[in-house]
Amino acid sequence: MSDQRRDQNQRPSPEALLEAARREESSTGQLKIFVGAAPGVGKTYEMLQQARARKQDGYDIVAGVVETHGRKETQALLDGLEIIPRKRLEYKGQSLDEMDLDAVIARRPQIVLVDELAHTNAPGSRHPKRYLDVDELLDRGIDVYTTVNIQHIESLNDVVAQITHVRVRETVPDSVFDRAHAIELVDLTPDDLIERLKEGKVYVPKQAERALEHYFSPGNLTALRELALRRTAERVDEQLLSHMQAHAIPGPWAAGERILVCVSEDPRAAGLVRYAKRLADRLHAPFTALCVETRRSLQWSEEERDRVADTMRLAEALGGEAITVPGGDRSIADEVVSFAHANNVTQIIIGKSSRSRWFEILHGSVVHELVRRSGNISVHVIAGEELKRDPIPRKTVRAAEGAAPFDPWPYAVALLAVGAALAVAHALQPFFGIENVDLVFLTAIVGVAVRYGLLPSLAATVAASLCYNYFFLPPIYTFTITDPNNVAAFVLFAIVAVIASHFAARGRTRTVAAHERVRTVELLYAFSRKLAGVGTLDDVLWATAYQTALMLKVRVVLLLPEDGSIVVKAGYPPEDILDDADVAAAKWAWLNDRAAGRGSDTLPGAKRLFLPMRTGRGAIGVVGIDSDKPGPLLTPDQRRLLDALMDQSAVAIERVRLVEDLDRSKRAAETDRLRSALLTSISHDLKTPLAAILGSAGALRDLSSALSDGEKADLLATVIEESERLNRFIANLLDMTKLEAGAVVPNTAPHDVGEIVGSALRRAGKILARHQVELQLAAGLPMLELDAVLFEQVLFNILDNAAKYSSPGTTIRVQSWREDASVCLRIMDEGEGIPAADVENIFDKFYRAQKGDQVRAGTGLGLAISRGFVEAMHGTISAANRTDRPGAVFTIRLPIPAKAEWLDTAA
Amino acid sequence: MSAAPLKILVVDDEPPIRKLLRMGLSKQGYEVLEAPNGKTALDLLAEKPALVVLDLGLPDIQGLELLRMIRGRNEGVPIVVLSSRGDEVGKVEALDLGADDYVTKPFGMDELLARMRAALRHQLQVHGERPVFRTGELSVDLVRRIVKVRDQEVKLSPKEYELLRVLVQHAGKVLTHRFLLGELWDDLTDAQYLRVYVRQLRQKIEADHEQPQYILTETGIGYRLRAPELRAEGGTISFK
Repeated sequence: MSDQRRDQNQRPSPEALLEAARREESSTGQLKIFVGAAPGVGKTYEMLQQARARKQDGYDIVAGVVETHGRKETQALLDGLEIIPRKRLEYKGQSLDEMDLDAVIARRPQIVLVDELAHTNAPGSRHPKRYLDVDELLDRGIDVYTTVNIQHIESLNDVVAQITHVRVRETVPDSVFDRAHAIELVDLTPDDLIERLKEGKVYVPKQAERALEHYFSPGNLTALRELALRRTAERVDEQLLSHMQAHAIPGPWAAGERILVCVSEDPRAAGLVRYAKRLADRLHAPFTALCVETRRSLQWSEEERDRVADTMRLAEALGGEAITVPGGDRSIADEVVSFAHANNVTQIIIGKSSRSRWFEILHGSVVHELVRRSGNISVHVIAGEELKRDPIPRKTVRAAEGAAPFDPWPYAVALLAVGAALAVAHALQPFFGIENVDLVFLTAIVGVAVRYGLLPSLAATVAASLCYNYFFLPPIYTFTITDPNNVAAFVLFAIVAVIASHFAARGRTRTVAAHERVRTVELLYAFSRKLAGVGTLDDVLWATAYQTALMLKVRVVLLLPEDGSIVVKAGYPPEDILDDADVAAAKWAWLNDRAAGRGSDTLPGAKRLFLPMRTGRGAIGVVGIDSDKPGPLLTPDQRRLLDALMDQSAVAIERVRLVEDLDRSKRAAETDRLRSALLTSISHDLKTPLAAILGSAGALRDLSSALSDGEKADLLATVIEESERLNRFIANLLDMTKLEAGAVVPNTAPHDVGEIVGSALRRAGKILARHQVELQLAAGLPMLELDAVLFEQVLFNILDNAAKYSSPGTTIRVQSWREDASVCLRIMDEGEGIPAADVENIFDKFYRAQKGDQVRAGTGLGLAISRGFVEAMHGTISAANRTDRPGAVFTIRLPIPAKAEWLDTAA
Repeated sequence: MSAAPLKILVVDDEPPIRKLLRMGLSKQGYEVLEAPNGKTALDLLAEKPALVVLDLGLPDIQGLELLRMIRGRNEGVPIVVLSSRGDEVGKVEALDLGADDYVTKPFGMDELLARMRAALRHQLQVHGERPVFRTGELSVDLVRRIVKVRDQEVKLSPKEYELLRVLVQHAGKVLTHRFLLGELWDDLTDAQYLRVYVRQLRQKIEADHEQPQYILTETGIGYRLRAPELRAEGGTISFK
């Protein structure tokens, strides 16, 4: 993290600027930490004093949780400050009071006091640790004042333990400490502190009383004080550096250092990592924790595996990288050195070897080799005390392919192979002599080793040796050997066999591991190919869930945001339902863009672990994983694999979404286009009749004296006619709106088509005044399921249309007849007909076959409405040109209902 | 007609409509009482108007509610309702609640006057029925139960005659499907039967049953028998 602030060209580095920006941004709260070397120096007191001062200045400051431990002066300072009542939690029959996080958030003060940053919350709280509560408060924009003792800081944990021989259980990660906007060191000389202790002004928990005397010795306190001072100074230094970088102030930048720490199953590895962190901070360099997977590491016990995984996690928690590399044929030292060279490492940290000398002779000392091979890279060999067991409770990491059950088959095959070799050797013996017999056995042994591994091949070795002895070495058929040459031969054979087995088996193990790795890569590749080909969101989600479950052997659910909340969209196996705790954890993970649930820092009681899925544009969803095995779900490697899968998936989801967005915006553009066409048309259709009305009425009023009676009558007729047209147009608009809104629900009942034709004609009487109307309606047609009002409108619109497009005096014909299972109705005019190109489009909204102003206003919607209504009544409507003469013909086809009511003409 | 002008109560919240109605009605010899809202309307009922013109879209009391209240106080007064296009349901409800007729906005003055006359006539007719009803070329003798079209007697089935009789009794007024069903049958509620009978009746008395002159369809609402004074609506319609 520190390295990112550097920039060779001495421009303000992006990270530094970001941090400065973050500082100024009011959206994140600012943290002020009151640090002390030991309990009792007066941190809470100091905090309260400052709080009161702030309150006087007018800040809105409340006390979230303040521990006074009964001290009167501290209590007195608390008076006058608003205290948020604590939340009471029941745990194992005890009642515990914890800070009510939700109440503080709801209260939204400017500043909140949260004492004892390192405190562990009681089970049932949202976060297991108080510093996580503080994190959340800061994220929500609330400033926090808090107190902490120097021994609670993670990276100083072992140093303090070394000094005081008291290991503190509750630690605060360095990242929290570094997040602080201001650090105030509350300092007290050791003598003064001891004085206070004697006066009883120092709160000491009951359990610690025994260690008390040693803890509060002057030597200890001085050491602690120095530690506190130094750490605070470091922090100030960092802030200075950041400031300098943000303002591109050139300074003595540290050289491009990079630190590598070697992690093994050794219990001191954690201490090494912490040391690496301190060194890295001091040098403003990044650090990487490297673990080399060797053949031996495949045989680690669960406990050792846990420890390594924990150490790697610790490295990540402290801000470094955690990388695991497979050990090939080369030694560990070689792997480390090649990694170091590849990554420009300048300093390597390794623990001093604790192995016995014999071990070193046999296997070589990694440390020695490293020192020898490292070239220009400095190697720090750190001696550490063997620290006692980590007080962190043991977790079981999910082991890779737990110990397979004992399979007798390879051993049987081994023995068979030996048997076969025996037979062959026996057959060949007369020709080749006993010297070559052992080679035959050796072949069998190596074959078994390559096929089945070390143990079966060792079994084969033993069997072969015995056979060799028994069947071939004189005296044969006994287990004794008389000839010393043969003894030597026998012993050598045994040795060679073992060595050959060893190497053959190792080769096999490597191959198996390599296959495993290749398989992983293949799966990832296949997954990415599959995702590339998938088009819908559901498919992407399903493929992701399935692949994740397959590769990590966990149960998976995928959640995506919907309607302001987060909802399960896919899962493998598919039946999973989330319970309340899980839903809460998922929501939290989504809202805070951080891991939540099982094994994480937040809501660890949930069944699943939820991780946010991120793309470049931000978080797009949450993945929840679960398995039946107890303990943490993923090793760091698996976690990385999961990240890789999720990254690919997130990109695919984003791609699908972008495609959808594109479609949507295309449709929106199209809708906009139609809308503006609509507005233009409506505007024209409204203005035209209005113009006529206004004009005529105005003329009537203003020119009244100059007009003849005939002219006046004309103008009045115009006013009335145009008003009626306007009325029809508005009616059409309303109908169209209803159709668009889907609000047309036909009120159908059996009707006589002829009756509706009649009433439509009557209504259109005035429009059809100058035309001839002919009716040719078939008799005896069945009644149809129609909505009378809608159908009348349909006919009216078509008649209106016919009247508009044909000249006065011409005939408009209405016909009806029965055809198969439908009744057809046809309206024909003798106008110019429909241009061929427009026949399809004529029913579209605002489509006008003839452009220009000579077309009477209001033609745009009528046919579209007719179609809408007819289709709502399950009929069809079509337009065509007449074949016998120019003119348009509109045909409506309506289905005859199953139980048709035939009109009874009998009396 | 009585010597004193008939009082017409006009209930409408739009001043231009009230002005229009006042001008138009007073020219016809009516005295116009104006009410801009339901409350005033109820107060003015005390003046015992001969007819009420009621706009269904009133601001303070729902038009239908007011209709109910007027009917509650003064049973017999004819009411013509002003409604907007497309509100068939509202019109039917108003008619079922006791309105006598309706006019769709925007309306022509002549239409309104015709409907008003029909409603008033009906009122008067109740008090003194004329035995022979005539409209156009249709004549109906209610006493002797003889129906003639162009002086040709027409034979009607009992139901058909009943239907015609009801229409004649309310000549000029719109009658809802429900009302007619109620008059003709006790237990049927399906309007299609009514339609069938109307069609049959039309076939007997109309020149062109598909373009009826006498029994007019009020689409979505019911039927109306053309009253004598009504001018023929529509233009020239030729017959096949």
